Amino acid sequence: MSDETEIPSVTRVAGSGVPIRGNDIDTDQIIPARFLKVITFDGLGEFAFFDQRFDDEDNPKDHPFNEERFQDANVLVVNANFGCGSSREHAPQALKRWGIDAIVGESFAEIFAGNCLALGIPTVTADTEAIETLQDWIDENPGSEIGIDVAAETVVYDDETIDAEVDEAQRKALVDGIWDTTALMKSNATAIEATAESLPYIDDPSLRAGEADD
Amino acid sequence: MSEGTLYDKVWDRHRVTTLPNGQDQLFIGLHLIHEVTSPQAFGMLRERGLELARPDLTHATVDHIVPTDDRDRPFENDAAEEMYAELERNLEGTNIDFDDPSSGNQGIVHVIGPEQGITQPGKTIVCGDSHTSTHGAFGALAFGIGTSQIRDVFATQTVAMEKKKVRKIEVTGELGEDVTAKDVILTIIRRLGTDGGVGYVYEYAGEAIESLGMEGRMSICNMSIEGGARAGYVNPDETTYAWLRETDEFADDPERFEELKPYWESVRSDPDAEYDDVVTIDGSAIEPVVTWGTTPGQGIGISEEIPEPESLPEDKRETARRAQKHMGVEPGETMAGYDIDVAFLGSCTNARLSDLRAGAEIVKSRQVDDSVRAMVVPGSQRVKTAAEREGLDEVFTEAGFEWRNPGCSMCLGMNDDQLVGDEACASSSNRNFVGRQGSKEGRTVLMSPRMVAAAAITGEVTDVRDLPKAEVKA
Repeated sequence: MSDETEIPSVTRVAGSGVPIRGNDIDTDQIIPARFLKVITFDGLGEFAFFDQRFDDEDNPKDHPFNEERFQDANVLVVNANFGCGSSREHAPQALKRWGIDAIVGESFAEIFAGNCLALGIPTVTADTEAIETLQDWIDENPGSEIGIDVAAETVVYDDETIDAEVDEAQRKALVDGIWDTTALMKSNATAIEATAESLPYIDDPSLRAGEADD
Repeated sequence: MSEGTLYDKVWDRHRVTTLPNGQDQLFIGLHLIHEVTSPQAFGMLRERGLELARPDLTHATVDHIVPTDDRDRPFENDAAEEMYAELERNLEGTNIDFDDPSSGNQGIVHVIGPEQGITQPGKTIVCGDSHTSTHGAFGALAFGIGTSQIRDVFATQTVAMEKKKVRKIEVTGELGEDVTAKDVILTIIRRLGTDGGVGYVYEYAGEAIESLGMEGRMSICNMSIEGGARAGYVNPDETTYAWLRETDEFADDPERFEELKPYWESVRSDPDAEYDDVVTIDGSAIEPVVTWGTTPGQGIGISEEIPEPESLPEDKRETARRAQKHMGVEPGETMAGYDIDVAFLGSCTNARLSDLRAGAEIVKSRQVDDSVRAMVVPGSQRVKTAAEREGLDEVFTEAGFEWRNPGCSMCLGMNDDQLVGDEACASSSNRNFVGRQGSKEGRTVLMSPRMVAAAAITGEVTDVRDLPKAEVKA
């Protein structure tokens, strides 16, 4: 058993930004379904936003992820309801493998934000105006430093400080390094069993074991 | 904070503990898995040397990538074959029930759970698929999870979650002729927005909901996620119990049914339950709904005009402009008469027996328009068999529909069932996102099965109420 995986805390993310504009950018745009036919997440990075980035002949189109000046970016800045749609973890996995370490936006779809957390990617929110101003600034100053302080809930760039928000449970999980929940939850085995036993619809697993080979 | 709702009660019964990060650890009563989102989780489990905690509470099928025509192994598509084989390898020696096509029980994961009776009131149900909300129709607390959470459930049979708020959506009155559950949920999403449900669980109530059968309730709960709510539910009642009595779980075990019923009754929302929000919608005012855009919130009644982007709230205008350009529609027009190339009757939203009956009623003794490629993809092998017993397959094939094998199919175009180029599709599925049905120029118009059938016949978006119906049921 090796469930004592060391989980790094994520208190700060620093780097440069890449703006992806538009509300309601769904998971089918982030990673089209045809790229889900894989059994590992390796290599998904090159397919992030694929249909926005390439035409039918695979020629590159205008998209921030194709622009030379954003190739080293690790902070994605988006608008409202980003990541809506399916539960595919392939979406944040593709972004992560492209190089994204944190996402700042107006709002996020819930499952998407949860999937990001499971990968240690903060999803930081701020108001419409602050986001749009930040996106414009990145456009004018590609490669310039943006600092996200998860604990203090701020996004710092230029000489601006955005008063941002990080969902409380997410913040605590990232800062305390407890965002990888498997080991944490497994340690509550006795309580899990007690909960299961209290539920009228759960059979005792030891009774089930006898009929497992039927 | 809500109190005394089904959500509160089921949550409390399944709460193992509160984790240091403030999230609750919830016990999971049923974990459904399929070939697309489970392989990476099995991989993570192996990497860490962890065992499956409760294979007896895990249930597998194949739906996303399976072909709906020739299903002989190996599949023609190598990637599909690899994913299927990987699931088989992962299940080997685990005692996890696997409904593969040879079992006669294979189907879309959200169709098979309810039809076998493993979806029950008061259960927590998860699956690596956002439409897991479907199972809420039975008064279960059911929601989609990501792959890392699948790993958590595999290893611990629990997930870490924050409790949400509860919004009661009361749909009053009686639904009009040809107005279905699909029209109700599209109306709800239009009214509350695609992100209106973020942070909420939806409780659907009111006369129009209670008078729906289980299949209609499933269509409603299914699309909770399109409204931003991760879960939605209907309180269990006699309709729910009548369905459950007929399922595998209870048909031969009425004692078990009686044993569990008090629990099911106990989780119903109390009459004086407190909600964080209550919304009332007049069900009698709803007409058949179709989408004009590229989010499920962009729906209108069939006789209504497509809105001017400028008339919408500011944050919806740009999305609306882009959507109208993609769809090639103009504000001020109605969607009636919009030419379609493909008709798709399928998906976890609308591919159950009553959906197929509804479609068949419209196409009986008619012919699919020459310009249209039409297909029916039943939700499961059992649905398919039951439909064939009623002769629905003949009704559809005689009209010119293809009659396929069960799977997710053209809802998300992961198998070969895809739109080509800028084809427009009248679809009974749940998402009209750009690229969703396999072609990035493809255009999807969401609607009910009846409306899909009507569009197939006329070759354009059509008010089904204008077509006379035939009697098909024996």
